[in-house]
Amino acid sequence: MASIRRTPALLTALKYAALAGYVGFALFPLYWLVKIALTPERVIFSEGTQLWPSAVTLENFRTVLFHSDFLAFFSNSLMVSLGTAAATTLIAAASGYAFSRFRFSGKRLIIAVMLVTQMFPLLMIIAPIYKIVAAIGLLNSLTSLIVVYTAFNIPFATFLMQSFFDAIPKDLEEAAMMDGCTRFQALRKVIVPLTLPGLGATLGFVFTAAWSELLFALMLINSNDRMTFPVGLLTFVSKFSVDWGQMMAAGVLALVPSCLFFIFIQRYLVQGLTTGAVKG
Amino acid sequence: MESRSVSRQTANDTASGETRARPAGPGGVLWRHLIEPYLYLSPALVLIGLVMAVPLAIGISYSFQSITLLRPLDSGWVGLENYRDLWSDRKFWRAFANTFQWTFGSLAFQFGLGLGLALLLNTAFAGKRLIQALVFLPWAVPAFLSALTWAWLFNPVIGPIPHWLAALGLLDEAENILADPALAMWGPIVANIWFGIPFFAITLLAALQSIPGELYEAAEIDGASPWQSFTKITLPFLAPMIAITVMLRTIWIANFADLIFVMTGGGPADSTQILATYIFTTAFRKLDFGYASAIAVALLALLLVYAAVLMMIRQRLVRT
Repeated sequence: MASIRRTPALLTALKYAALAGYVGFALFPLYWLVKIALTPERVIFSEGTQLWPSAVTLENFRTVLFHSDFLAFFSNSLMVSLGTAAATTLIAAASGYAFSRFRFSGKRLIIAVMLVTQMFPLLMIIAPIYKIVAAIGLLNSLTSLIVVYTAFNIPFATFLMQSFFDAIPKDLEEAAMMDGCTRFQALRKVIVPLTLPGLGATLGFVFTAAWSELLFALMLINSNDRMTFPVGLLTFVSKFSVDWGQMMAAGVLALVPSCLFFIFIQRYLVQGLTTGAVKG
Repeated sequence: MESRSVSRQTANDTASGETRARPAGPGGVLWRHLIEPYLYLSPALVLIGLVMAVPLAIGISYSFQSITLLRPLDSGWVGLENYRDLWSDRKFWRAFANTFQWTFGSLAFQFGLGLGLALLLNTAFAGKRLIQALVFLPWAVPAFLSALTWAWLFNPVIGPIPHWLAALGLLDEAENILADPALAMWGPIVANIWFGIPFFAITLLAALQSIPGELYEAAEIDGASPWQSFTKITLPFLAPMIAITVMLRTIWIANFADLIFVMTGGGPADSTQILATYIFTTAFRKLDFGYASAIAVALLALLLVYAAVLMMIRQRLVRT
């Protein structure tokens, strides 16, 4: 009897130990990032690998914010990510609505094409995109990044929006249409207000994706005042690879918008990742 | 032909009640089934067409051309020359083999640890919402930042990991494994595991929560052990979700170049070069678009073969 009662206690202890392990593994790298960012320059080499800093300073953040280009990188990235998120959400809301509410010829083919775009190597088109963007004179412009990112994110965002529209009963807009609304009026006045959380979640997912994109931005942007945050940080790292504190302070700053949006879209993570099942 | 299919669809629609409201709107049947849906779809289709489909076709055509931005006079059609070069390129075959190590090394741990986390989160415990948010957080960290953070953790000057490995006797001295050709690949793989566990945990958790609880109660009444419940109820229920996520994730990881590019750039001595990073470094550093496109076509072919093999396995499983 005693052994039967003890096993669950042991199991519970193991469970909490495992959970602690997962939390530790998830947070440790981020803790380290913040720790080095807060360590004063003079002690970074003497105690760089200690678990706890003996002194803490905000000097690195001050330098990064006021004496480097990071504020410009930050606002470039913000512009690209917000532009991409807004454009993608608008376009994907329309296409998701079409998938959810219409039955039309070619629907299966379009869905299949959209699924395939999520699986073929995107790097395959990096060279043609560079040539096309160069030919129309849009190299080093944030517009080209917004257009490219919007196209990349539309398929996933479409499926996500479709799942939100599917959850809204069709009767609602049909009732509005009976009362004399056109379909578009019904969509605007009845459906859109109901799907605002879905629109917000889609905005969040796309923002996070655009905020992280590195390789296409590296290819399409090389002038210093147009760099997005990832490109700027990477350039900074390869140029000044000894300013550890400043690099990590910049890294912490890059983390802030992602974390804000993460808190915001947390409730929709399951829906987002399972409907797409293809998103990073 | 056209009118018959349209009328059949109308019958379907009326049956499902989709268009009860407006039997004859502006344009009627044709409007509803051809014009109106495509009005909503057109911005998406135009963008995907212009930014993805057209460049894809151009990219494939590049693989048969010589296009090096540094030597603009040398450009032109070269037939299969890029592919012949590929065949005898030792770096390519190295990247080919590394792609497997990278993909399956990352995938096995992401899946195993992700499944474990999903099972844990499917039980009851105090502070679950907070814990769940914390363990999912790595998913929100931008890939380039994950890569930099892990590269720093592996750096003996400011990172603790080399010192731990040396203390455990796994390394002779506290050195950077990213600089050691024999071990370097494990750096990006560890970063990828960290980054990818939340994805598997979230999707598998969703599947776990859809398993009816009565099944477990019935099994318990019949005297099944927890292990039996797991293998006889949980796994069969999860199987479809596991199959689809693992398949899609394999392709996604094989295409995922950011971590390796930032952490090692493919080095040292090409020991961490995978096909995806080889495409990018060839296009970005050497500006050799023709050769980069040939590698890209090879990667695409590899993924297609993989998908075809999976389809065959699936058909065989379904038949028996």
